[in-house]
Amino acid sequence: MRDVAVIGIGCTRFGEHWNRSFRDMFVEAGALALEDAKLSGEKIDAMYVGNMSAGRFIEQEHIGALIADYSGMATRHIPATRVEAACASGGLAFRQAVIAVASGMEDIVVAAGVEKMTDVEPGASTDALTGAADREWEGFVGATFPGLYAMIATDYIHKYHMTREQLAQVAVKNHYNGARNPIAQFQQEITLSTVMKSTMVAEPLRLFDCSPITDGAAAVIVAPLDRAREFTDTPIKVLATAQASDSIALHDRRDISTMDATVAAGQRAFKMAKLTHKDINMVEVHDCFSIAEICAIEDLGFCKKGTAGKFTEDGETALGGKIPVNTSGGLKACGHPVGATGIKQVYEIVQQLRGEAGKRQIENAKIGMTHNVGGTGATVAVHILGRV
Amino acid sequence: MTVARFWRKIPQRYNLIGTKCTTCGRHFFPPRTFCPDCRRNGKIVDHQFAGFGTIVTYTVIQTEPDHFASPGPYVLAIIKLDEGPQMTTQIICDPKEAKIGMRVRSVFRKIGTDGESGIIHYGTKFVPVE
Ligand SMILES: [Zn+2]
Repeated sequence: MRDVAVIGIGCTRFGEHWNRSFRDMFVEAGALALEDAKLSGEKIDAMYVGNMSAGRFIEQEHIGALIADYSGMATRHIPATRVEAACASGGLAFRQAVIAVASGMEDIVVAAGVEKMTDVEPGASTDALTGAADREWEGFVGATFPGLYAMIATDYIHKYHMTREQLAQVAVKNHYNGARNPIAQFQQEITLSTVMKSTMVAEPLRLFDCSPITDGAAAVIVAPLDRAREFTDTPIKVLATAQASDSIALHDRRDISTMDATVAAGQRAFKMAKLTHKDINMVEVHDCFSIAEICAIEDLGFCKKGTAGKFTEDGETALGGKIPVNTSGGLKACGHPVGATGIKQVYEIVQQLRGEAGKRQIENAKIGMTHNVGGTGATVAVHILGRV
Repeated sequence: MTVARFWRKIPQRYNLIGTKCTTCGRHFFPPRTFCPDCRRNGKIVDHQFAGFGTIVTYTVIQTEPDHFASPGPYVLAIIKLDEGPQMTTQIICDPKEAKIGMRVRSVFRKIGTDGESGIIHYGTKFVPVE
């Protein structure tokens, strides 16, 4: 296998873009990534695009071809492939691009992610997202996505006695970071009482425990490490790529509040990179709900099971903490355009490793991690990236 | 949900009929036609569940999705059936009453209506055991 590096990154602003289409957004993200790599489109050998549900959100399928066409690649007939794994679509698209280059099959490959979620009514987008869980035996009996994560939270609080305030600190911290990220959907800080007084969605989760509905696109370009300096002075090496699966339905898990797929993907990634959690300077985890960040940092090994609430309350996951988590603002504050999220996580870590993260820069950042979840943990992708 | 998609699973949804692997004795609800433990050596037969279980975890859903019959907040839970498997279901009770470890039994209730066709769907919910 060849070593692989990220040579270019691009991302749209995340938010509710009433005036911008699916096509507008991925073209912008792709153009920014090409510009960043000082690369022209003729050099691109293949594309992978993460997208969960364009069929439901904009009634468009065949997204690989559409993206190739509108980014000017159709006349060169390069392969363009859509990758779908619900909210982990972007992470898997990145992994497929890395594997394509590592194998020697392709040289310069784009990994993108895009989701246009605001062209349908909120009820329709909520229902489309329920397709990430088990439609027959969760969705049809009345489960919503917040409802499933709320059941994880109930189980977790029952077992480990985390306080509601500790859980709320996840959202407070992520909004603090989002306020320092120019692409974030929400760029304002919030207080504990904002979370505690927000509308109850599914007990114990309130509105500010939930990531929003977002439009956005992100793209990164990968190449063989030994060619990376043709394109950039700061190549970022892909130290590990890992993916794991678990049951589609939450009720079939070994333990409701441990994501075994996160544990498996995390362990595989650390083994592949020959690193431990102590080597990681910052991590982007999949905080679709506040409780998801709590479980993720434990299941990846950054703190012991049952202690993430206090760990968060003590500031250990904040910008100056032991392991800064979600410096981008996470899904909560940066926004969650489902298929784009996994690519945006890579975008954030690359910015940190290049020293380009502005007001949220982690000093001396050398190694970073991304963690992207599909559904309630049925698919997980973990990547480790490092400065060369 | 189309009529055929719902009708296909009526015995399972109405009567809590799942499956069982006679090779290892493991029960499945929701039903599976392939035993993940025995794989090709598993032999799967239908199994009528007794309809008793215990709440593993739950939530009270405040904002209900379209097409569901429950007015206002409703209790959604994962329950462990006495035969072993876990399933997701609604619990018909005062939301304040629900708690982890509560014993429940199955009942036949309206689940929801199809938004476009107006067809009413029935299925299994659970109530606290008196
Ligand atoms: Zn078996």
